[in-house]
Amino acid sequence: MHNVRQLVADFGWPRIIIFIFLVLLFVGAPIVRVRIDSSLADVLNRFGQNGLFVLAMVPMVQSGCGLNFGLSIGIIAGLLGATLSVQLGLHGFLGFFGALLFSIPFAVLFGWLYGKLLNKVKGEEMTIAMYVGFAGVMFMCIMWIILPYTNPTMIWGYAGKGLRTTITVEGYWLRILNDFLAVRIGEFFVFPTGLLLFVALLCSLLWVFMKTKTGTAMTAVGSNPDYARAAGISIDRMRTISVIISTMLGAAGILVYEQSFGFIQLYTAPLAMPLSAVAAILIGGASVNKASMVNVMVGAFLFQGLLTMTPSVINSALQTDMSEVLRIIISNGMILYALTRKLKVAT
Amino acid sequence: MSAKRSFGRFFTENAVVIIFLLITVLAVKPSGLSLTYIIQEMLTRLGRNSFLVLALLLPIYAGMGLNFGMTLGAMAGQIGLIFAINWNIMGVPGIAFAALIGTPISIFMGWVCGVVLNKAKGREMVTGYILAYFINGIYQFVVLYLMGSIIPIRSPAILLSRGYGIRNTLNLDGVRQSLDNLLMLKGGPFSLPLATYLVIGVLCLFVIWFKKTKLGQDMRAVGHNMAVADMAGIPVDRTRIIAIIISTVLASYGQIIFLQNMGNVATYNAHDQTSFFAVAAILVGGASVKKATIPNVFIGVVLLHLLFVVSPRAGQNLFDSAMIGEFFRQFIGYGVIALSLVLYAWRSRKEALRAREGLRGLAVGATGVAGVAKAPAGGGAGGKAT
Repeated sequence: MHNVRQLVADFGWPRIIIFIFLVLLFVGAPIVRVRIDSSLADVLNRFGQNGLFVLAMVPMVQSGCGLNFGLSIGIIAGLLGATLSVQLGLHGFLGFFGALLFSIPFAVLFGWLYGKLLNKVKGEEMTIAMYVGFAGVMFMCIMWIILPYTNPTMIWGYAGKGLRTTITVEGYWLRILNDFLAVRIGEFFVFPTGLLLFVALLCSLLWVFMKTKTGTAMTAVGSNPDYARAAGISIDRMRTISVIISTMLGAAGILVYEQSFGFIQLYTAPLAMPLSAVAAILIGGASVNKASMVNVMVGAFLFQGLLTMTPSVINSALQTDMSEVLRIIISNGMILYALTRKLKVAT
Repeated sequence: MSAKRSFGRFFTENAVVIIFLLITVLAVKPSGLSLTYIIQEMLTRLGRNSFLVLALLLPIYAGMGLNFGMTLGAMAGQIGLIFAINWNIMGVPGIAFAALIGTPISIFMGWVCGVVLNKAKGREMVTGYILAYFINGIYQFVVLYLMGSIIPIRSPAILLSRGYGIRNTLNLDGVRQSLDNLLMLKGGPFSLPLATYLVIGVLCLFVIWFKKTKLGQDMRAVGHNMAVADMAGIPVDRTRIIAIIISTVLASYGQIIFLQNMGNVATYNAHDQTSFFAVAAILVGGASVKKATIPNVFIGVVLLHLLFVVSPRAGQNLFDSAMIGEFFRQFIGYGVIALSLVLYAWRSRKEALRAREGLRGLAVGATGVAGVAKAPAGGGAGGKAT
């Protein structure tokens, strides 16, 4: 009995409630004539689409920089890579990996600057990260108008300059990962093998990295800075590395998202993206100062499952669209829960 | 050397104001707007926004940082206005009625916010920000689904065509600018909404008076050092909750004043940027996370809105694109908040470091004195060197 209670306390009530809610949604789906197989395919798809954003939270949480509310910085680097790739007219795998290649230098540079900044403001990272992210997105809004892109699929037709708000990647690298080795079962279910493989690859790369000397040092900096300093680890350097990795994962994340979603969304679109990633990893059981791969997997699956299932099931059941309101309440409620929890280490 | 250092200090302490002033002054000319127009805009906007920005003061005194949770108050004010329109109460009584409805809701919201923030000491700002999003979800649930279905709404004109839920945009014809027009002072090309200014003046007096009361003093003590305040017998948590409740109630009145001047409400978005504009304004005015004064509020409102008025036109004239000006002002708004938070965090870290070094110096000095009693100067030098 004591063990069960301990297990519940570790797992956290909000997580259990969300899990039960999701199970109920799947059980209730056939009753309101929502197909389970197509829903499941949607969940898997969105899990892959958003998985890397959630993964990007891990390095910074582990190094003690807190939740990366400024993930939009990485997203911007990815958008630069994506638009460059389309501008050069790269197709297929070359297009996607070209975009990835173009975005990495930007991600490293932005991440390095962003990491330097966060090192100067230890203890206040999260609020500042949020506003640095906002300011970066707004700055890029101006840049998207000014930058000299010329590919006619990307710029406004009537003005002849300035990038469109949404740019289709159809004909370039639409669903390039999703369709790679995809397995079709029945009429409605497609298993996006390539997408999930790519996500799994990056997850395991990060997992391996966290086990290396640098990775362990990073975790040490996050869990006990004084001890780390005594052991001769440069705290600032570790933190900067973690921010750079997080930014790079953000850049890769938006590219994966775009090839699956079909559009490059510019301007204010990246503003809200970090919040859902933050919510997802917290739903997965991470806290402000501890996160693991399991948290990423569980969190991305539960969160995306909720986002996919609530609209279809609740809407069919109630005949109204309450999904948006539910999404706002659940995702922000989760972040709020994590922020207000007493840190176990501290007490 | 010392003059250089004091200049450097002056610059870092006022960097936000100085940078902002420069950008704004540079943007005035290319905007091509007349001085009369700009001054009139400033008079209007001071009346419209000052009350909301003043609502931020008390939590800063109490050491809780910038109250991003003020959005909760703004939502309460909007609910008040919805009911005022519903019962068709016009003019100043309508505004008073909205405030009357908004007060209990915002007291409750403020209490919730205070309790939550007490559980997140040290990260109040980010928590307040997320709390505002969370309550926004509940607000949407209430206004979009419960109003007209469970909460009775008499006027079908404000309901969505499906029969429940409030329309996206509400016309505030009944109360539009009724407070502003109550005592409109006209002189030359300018008109000044005196009644609104009087209300703002009363609030300033209230803040000044409140700082001198026992509770106000307690608040400052809590803001200065929670542990010391606690040892002095001040109920820390309670004081913090009261600061947030007052701020939330003021924010609800502020939002009502703001909206009566605008003349319509975007039911689901009007509160989205309330805290963004208010926080940006007070920071532009030279306030920091820990320190803010009433002059900061007014300087900030004028500077921020000066930029807001001129930047779209300046963008249009300089780059041939009004969108650039629009994005630019948002960039500046977010950038200013980020910059002043960074400067503040950076400065307080440096001060903490200096304080620690001071301690270390003392310690070395003390051991020097104790260990080598004949050479206290060596101890002193050792202290300086570290």
